[in-house]
This record gives sequence, structure tokens and C-alpha cells, in this order.
Amino acid sequence: MKILIVGDGKVGYTLAENLSREDNDVTIIDKNPEALRKAKENLDVMCIRGSGVSVSVLLEAGVREADLLIAATSSDEMNMVVTLTGKKLGARRTIARIRDPEYANELSLLKLELGLDLVINPEQSAANEMARILHYPAAVNVESFAKGRVELVEIRMTGDEPIVGMKLRKISSRLLSPILIGAVERDGDVVIPDGECDIRENDILHVVGRTANTVDFCKAMGKCELRIRNVMIVGGGRIAYYLVRMLTNLGLRVKIIEIDRNRCLELAELLPGVLVIQGDGTDADLLQSENLGDMDAFVAMTGRDEDNLILSLMARKAGVRKIIAKVTRMNLAGLVESLELDSIVSPRLITANHILQYVRGIRNATGERIEALHRIVDGKAEILEFLLQERRWYLDTPLKKLGARKGFLVAAIIRNTEVIIPHGDDVLKLHDRVIVFAKTRALNSLDEVFRPGAAP
Amino acid sequence: MNRKAVLRALGIVLVCEAGFMLPSLFVAFHYREGESAAFLTTLFLLLSVGLPLTRIRVRIRELYARDGFAIVAFGWLSMAFFGALPFVFSGTIPGLVDALFESMSGFTTTGASILPVVEGLPRSILFWRSFTHWIGGMGVLMLTLAILPLFGAGSLHILRAESPGPSTGKLVPKIGQTAKILYGLYVGLTLAEIIALKIAGMSWFDALIHAFGTAGTGGFSNRNASVGAYGSLAINLIIGVFMFLFGMNFTLHYQITRRNWRFVLKDEELRFYVAMVAGATLFIAADLWVNSLFSPGPALEHAFFQVSSITTTTGFATADFHGWPVFSKVTLLVLMIVGPCAGSTGGGMKSIRVLMALKIIRRELVKMKHPQSVHTVRIGGRNVDDETLGGVTAFILFYLVLMVLAIFLVAMDSHDLETAFSSVVACLSNIGPGLSVVGPMGNYSGFHPLSKVVLSLCMVIGRLEIFPILLLAMPSFWRRVSI
Repeated sequence: MKILIVGDGKVGYTLAENLSREDNDVTIIDKNPEALRKAKENLDVMCIRGSGVSVSVLLEAGVREADLLIAATSSDEMNMVVTLTGKKLGARRTIARIRDPEYANELSLLKLELGLDLVINPEQSAANEMARILHYPAAVNVESFAKGRVELVEIRMTGDEPIVGMKLRKISSRLLSPILIGAVERDGDVVIPDGECDIRENDILHVVGRTANTVDFCKAMGKCELRIRNVMIVGGGRIAYYLVRMLTNLGLRVKIIEIDRNRCLELAELLPGVLVIQGDGTDADLLQSENLGDMDAFVAMTGRDEDNLILSLMARKAGVRKIIAKVTRMNLAGLVESLELDSIVSPRLITANHILQYVRGIRNATGERIEALHRIVDGKAEILEFLLQERRWYLDTPLKKLGARKGFLVAAIIRNTEVIIPHGDDVLKLHDRVIVFAKTRALNSLDEVFRPGAAP
Repeated sequence: MNRKAVLRALGIVLVCEAGFMLPSLFVAFHYREGESAAFLTTLFLLLSVGLPLTRIRVRIRELYARDGFAIVAFGWLSMAFFGALPFVFSGTIPGLVDALFESMSGFTTTGASILPVVEGLPRSILFWRSFTHWIGGMGVLMLTLAILPLFGAGSLHILRAESPGPSTGKLVPKIGQTAKILYGLYVGLTLAEIIALKIAGMSWFDALIHAFGTAGTGGFSNRNASVGAYGSLAINLIIGVFMFLFGMNFTLHYQITRRNWRFVLKDEELRFYVAMVAGATLFIAADLWVNSLFSPGPALEHAFFQVSSITTTTGFATADFHGWPVFSKVTLLVLMIVGPCAGSTGGGMKSIRVLMALKIIRRELVKMKHPQSVHTVRIGGRNVDDETLGGVTAFILFYLVLMVLAIFLVAMDSHDLETAFSSVVACLSNIGPGLSVVGPMGNYSGFHPLSKVVLSLCMVIGRLEIFPILLLAMPSFWRRVSI
């Protein structure tokens, strides 16, 4: 697919990196030669220097043949103009990053008027993810599939869980509720486990199941005694605004610490009923005086990754049980792993996942739509949700006959309201939703999961 | 340096070279020549060295700039070495230094020869000599990039180290796709020329030899008197025009196939190149006519052919230009140094660099007059950043320094100034024939082995645009921890 990305910032670069790896023809447009240089050196993409609003630059980049135009410059208005121009010049689909809360409320109108196919708001997505994690404090991370009917939870094994040291085969017979351990993260690598795999300390399990059942599983692991009532947030950026709005709706009490006085005033005005404190969030004394230790949850989202990581460590030392850190630079991910922090949220990565899901959905013309895509461990494995819309050769054949290839796992089948954790005798049917764990990059279609010719 | 990756890439290059031997082997079988044994032996050697290297498991797949340089430099040196073996094994060129010179001259598309007589040599050997031109013209590594997705994004460093020009761009976002398009254009143009030459009256074999020589801008012929031996206006014009086409930036050919005429006509380097060729042709034709060497018609014909041949650094000849007036010879010498467009198969400094240098000079002059003035250098309406300009200045400086050094060394056994000067220029710019002893009707066989080695190095330095080979000479390049 031919993809044009306007704006080679953090999001633009991550997108270009991921999209070009999946065999798309990516062209980046940016005014800043310094930013382009990095992309030119490290990625297999074409770089064009110029303004994305300029018609001649867009034409030079081949906007007429472009299947997708993504506007990810720092300015919302610029993004709107770029996508509008691009669409008029012949770009098949357009995606714009629009993140100002002022626009966020009129998105549907904007989408219609600008002919946008997708609007991305990294801050909003990050806030959504954080809210989900806070809502489900036992897990490191939570992702929902099939419109919330199925949940994927990440749980870290600390060593005192009853299942540590057991083989997977035995675990499933001991548990009452049907769940499935789809992937095990161990030493920075991912294993798609079989029955013989044993669970060790410090593993991170990726568990799929009906929402109620995953909660049961967490309880069985002794992890669900916590319910979050108070949250402290350091850093009052856009994510904080979106997050606090969601949290107050859920009835949580929130305290924000922000260093900039004007921003504090703004927040106080926008978010009535929320305690806004002006001060340096990295100051340990301030945090103590705002009784950090008594908080149920702590969210570090200042503009600096380093501060966020250090703040998280401080919060853990103070005894806060649920900690979320915003980390933008994902090349810090390896380091974060060794700090054993619970939850890391990266707006950039969420956005990239979102767009990848969209792009693969377009590319895939085989009648299975990709409904959701979630990548784990720095993209080493991914979890996809397919919606089966057409008759395919693998339907109505027992899974054991289809024989999934190594590195793939059919984790759940959702048929109407029923959630099936599949066994060998289960079959896929038309209009099912299927959740698949895959240890490869860029899975596009279920055809790649099953051995062709296995079907009768 | 990522040694494993470099070695593996080297293995792939050698296996590719083994593949390139097959056409020559076929020619040897076809004409029932005894040289097939020489090719088979070389083929076996190439595979026995290359195949084990390709089996190396590369753990770190990322390539950085210096890995790219190392792959290109080692790749070319080893290719030239193995390419020399058929000459040695077949006994056509018994001396290793001579054979290396000939092979290097082939791969770097220089076309300088140590063979006094080529007519009567085995056809398979002549074919191999010319085929190395064709391979070297676009580059082997470019071919491997087109066929195999070797190393993800890091392959850009290989592309950059191998292809000529101050800033190598891509035609389409994917490197593999870019390499495929370039090779497609290259093959297409070569086929067109083979057919045109056949129609103009050459035999298939001669047409192939001369098309390879033109495509790579090399200049090996299977006639002692080069293209002049045919004495045909049609052949002269066909080769003259195709040389000119292969001296154009291939990006322009790509834009022509896409009917993007505006892009082509706006290209400032092309304008400079056309003006240079047209101007030099007119000056030289006038000079030849005034000195009553030719009547106006043939004067234009020979002037155009020679200017096209020298500017594109091919080195075919229709006449012995060493016997031409001094003004014509000096014009040709200047063209030798300037060379054709960047992104073509030719050598030399490249028009774009000379164009930039002229603009830098103008900028400096304006700065003298108005010290506070801010002045940007623009090519084709776009600003050229200072880093590129610095690179161009450095390149020209390096080029001249190396030229002077090589002239010093070669002067030790040259019998006149013209030979010493023109042989170095002809090798560094990948042309082939120079003036006097090494003129179009002469050859390089009279030189001392040391001079031959120096000239061989000049060729590969010129083809790879100096830096890859020069980096090998730096001790710090070899250290595991490079500071």
C-alpha cells in the first residue's frame, strides 16, 4: 500500500517504522531536515522535504496514487488542511491527528466535513487505556476485545501465586472458570505456550477470557483485594485532562500536581471538583506532604520519561499499590522491564497500533475484518481480533483438523454473546469473532494461521 | 563493524559473480573454445569460497554506514580479484598484475587495457571482459538489493556507497523496488542498443560487446581500432546517442517512462550536461574543421562521438584523437574530469558536483563584496544544505589530491607529461584511453607493475567515489571499537 505521512515527529516516525516494516510503501513529508535525516538513515522509506500543506509537495510525494494519507504534524489545524487538500487531490483515505479537546467534542462533524476516515487522538487513547488499567488494578495491563465481552489481562507472577511452578496442562484442570493463557512473557521474549510449558516467577501471563472469568482468575491468584478510590496524578497535560474527566465520572477522587501556574488555573476551571495543586511533582517533600503513601493509585505523566520512571519508583517505595507511568520513548522499554514497574502507557505506541490495525484492515480483502490489534513486548507478538464476514475454507472444520501453525494460537471464539475458549473439537462459524495470538509480525489473515490443505 | 553481516554479504556477491560467469561459459561452449576450463575452475573457486560465507548466521541484522562502506569496498576488490582468474587460467593474460588490471578496468567500467591486440583473442574471454563492464556499470550490490531483501533498511548505506553522486535518493519508497526499477531501465536500454546495432549491420556478438561497453560506460571493444573499425555513420550515431543516454541520471529515465516531462526538463544537472556536450561538440568540430583535419560533416560526427564518449567516461573511439589539435585535446581532458550526471553509470567528478562548485564560487564572490549577505545555493529551485555542499567541496579536493599523488607515482615510468597526466585522469575517471602512449590507439602494457597497481587502485577509487576504499586505509576503521 502507498502511504503518505505528513509530519516526522514522534508519532510520524513510529508509524513510518511500523508501516514500512509491514511492506508498505511509505513516504514522509516534513519541513525539518534534521527530523528527516533520522528517518532516511534508519528506515526504508522515502523522505521529502517540504510543507505538507503545499499542493506541489503533495503531488511530488504521489498523493494521487496514495492509498492512505496520515497527517501527524504538531498542529491540529495543519493536519486538517493537509487531509482536506490530500483528499481533494485524490488520496483514497485520510487519517488526521486531532488532539485539542476543543475539537475533540465536535469530531463527528469534522470527520464528515473534512472527509476524514479516521481521527486519532493519542492523548485520548492513552487516557482510555489508563482508565481501563485503573479500573482493573490487579492486572499490569488490560485490553478489551469484541466490544468488551472478552478481556485480555496481563498479570505479573510475583512468586507467591498458587500456579507458579506448575505446568499449563495441570493449571487448566484446576481452574473452575474457563480462561486461556495465550502468551507468556519471559526475559523480554514471548512464548506461545503449549501444555508442557511451566509458569515461573517473574513471568507475565497474558490471559484471555470472558470479563467475569478473568476477574475470577485474578482472585484465584490472590490479586483482587484492591479497589481504587484515590488517584494522584503528576503532570497536567492533555492526557491528564481526558483521564481526570473519565475518572471523576467513575466516582474516583483525583489530585493533580502541575508545575505551571496558568495550566493549573485552566485545569481548575475545566475540571471542577478536582484538587489541583501547583508545585513541582518531582519534589519528594511535596509528594509526602500531599500524602502520597495513602493513595491507591499514582499516575506519572510529566513531559519527561525519566521523571516519570523515577516518580514511579518513589511511589512504589512509598507503598502505592497501583502505579502507571507514561513513557514516550519506547526504546526505554527494555530498561523499564528491569525496573519491574507495573504499567507503562505509551501514547505513541497506542496510536501506532490503532493505525496499523486500520491499515491491515484495508489491506486484507479476504473477508475477515481485523477488529482489534494489540501488540506486546515491543511488537514481538500480537493479539488480533478477526470478524469472519464471508465463507472461507477453514469454517466448520474442527480446530484439531485445521492444525494451527507453530507460533499461532486461537485463543477465543465469540459467537453471538457466547464466549468459547476453544478446544480441538470446536469449529469456526460465519460471523464469529476470533481472537488469535501470533508470534509473527504482520498477520493479515487467518489463512496464514492454519495449514492450507488441512481441511477436508 | 558487523563482521558477520559483511562476510555474508561478501559471500552473496561472490555467488552472484559465479552466476555472471555462466554467459561467458556458454559463449565458450558455443564457439567450442578451450577457455571453458578456465571459467569452470573460476566458477568452482567462487562457489567454494562464496557458499560457505553465505551460510554465516547473522545475529544483528542492522547495518550502519561503515558496514555499508566495508561491504562495497571488499565486495568490489574481491570481485575484481576473482574476475581476473579466467584471464590467468586461460593464458590470455598470464601475469597476475596484468590480469588484475584488466579485470579492475572491466568492473570499474574504465576500459583501459594492457592488451596490445584484442582481435584474435578467444571470444569467451572478450565476452567476459565486456560483460564485467555491464555488471560494474549499475553495480553488483545494487543487483543483490534488487533480487534479495538482504538487510532491511540498512541496505540504503550499501546503495549509497555503491552508486555515484553527492546525494543518492530513491525513486520509490522501498530500496528493493528502487533497485529493481533501475536494473529494469538498465536492461531495457541495453537491449534497445543491441537491437539497434544489429540493425545497423553489426554481428550479434559485436553488438553485445559494444552494447555492454556502452551501457556500463566502459569502452572495451573487440576491435583494435575500437568503434572506428566499422567506419559506419549509423553505428557511430547509435553508440554516440546511447552513450549520452547512459550518462544521464537514471532517475530521469524513470521519470521519462512515467511521462513526467516537467521533472526532466526542469532538471538543472541535465541542462548543464546537455549544454556541456553540445558546446564541446561545436568547439571541437570547429577546431577540427579549421585545422582542416575533416570536412564539416565528419568533423561534427567525430566530435560528437568523441565528446559523448569522453564525457560519459566510456572511452570508445572513432578516430585517434591524440592526433587532434591541442585545443580539442584540452577540451577532452576537461570533460574527462567533469564526467556525466550523478546516478548514471559513468565516472568522473559528475556534472552536479561541478555545477555546485561553480555556485559555491559565485556565493563566495558575493560574500567578498557583501560580507554580511546571506546566500543559499539552489539546484533546481531547491536549497542545497551546507552539509552536502561541504561534502562536494571535500570530494573535489580529495579527487585532486589523489590525482596529484597518482601522477607522481606514475610519472616515474612515463616517457612524457601527457602520458603521466592523462593515464591517471583516464583511470581515476573510469574512461580508459588517455593521450599519447595510452591514447585511443595505444594501451597500458608498457607500464611498470607498480604503475599498473596504482592505476588499478585509481580505477576502483574513482568508481566507488573515493570514500569506501579510502576508509579501508584508515587504521581506526578496522578497530572493533571505533572512536
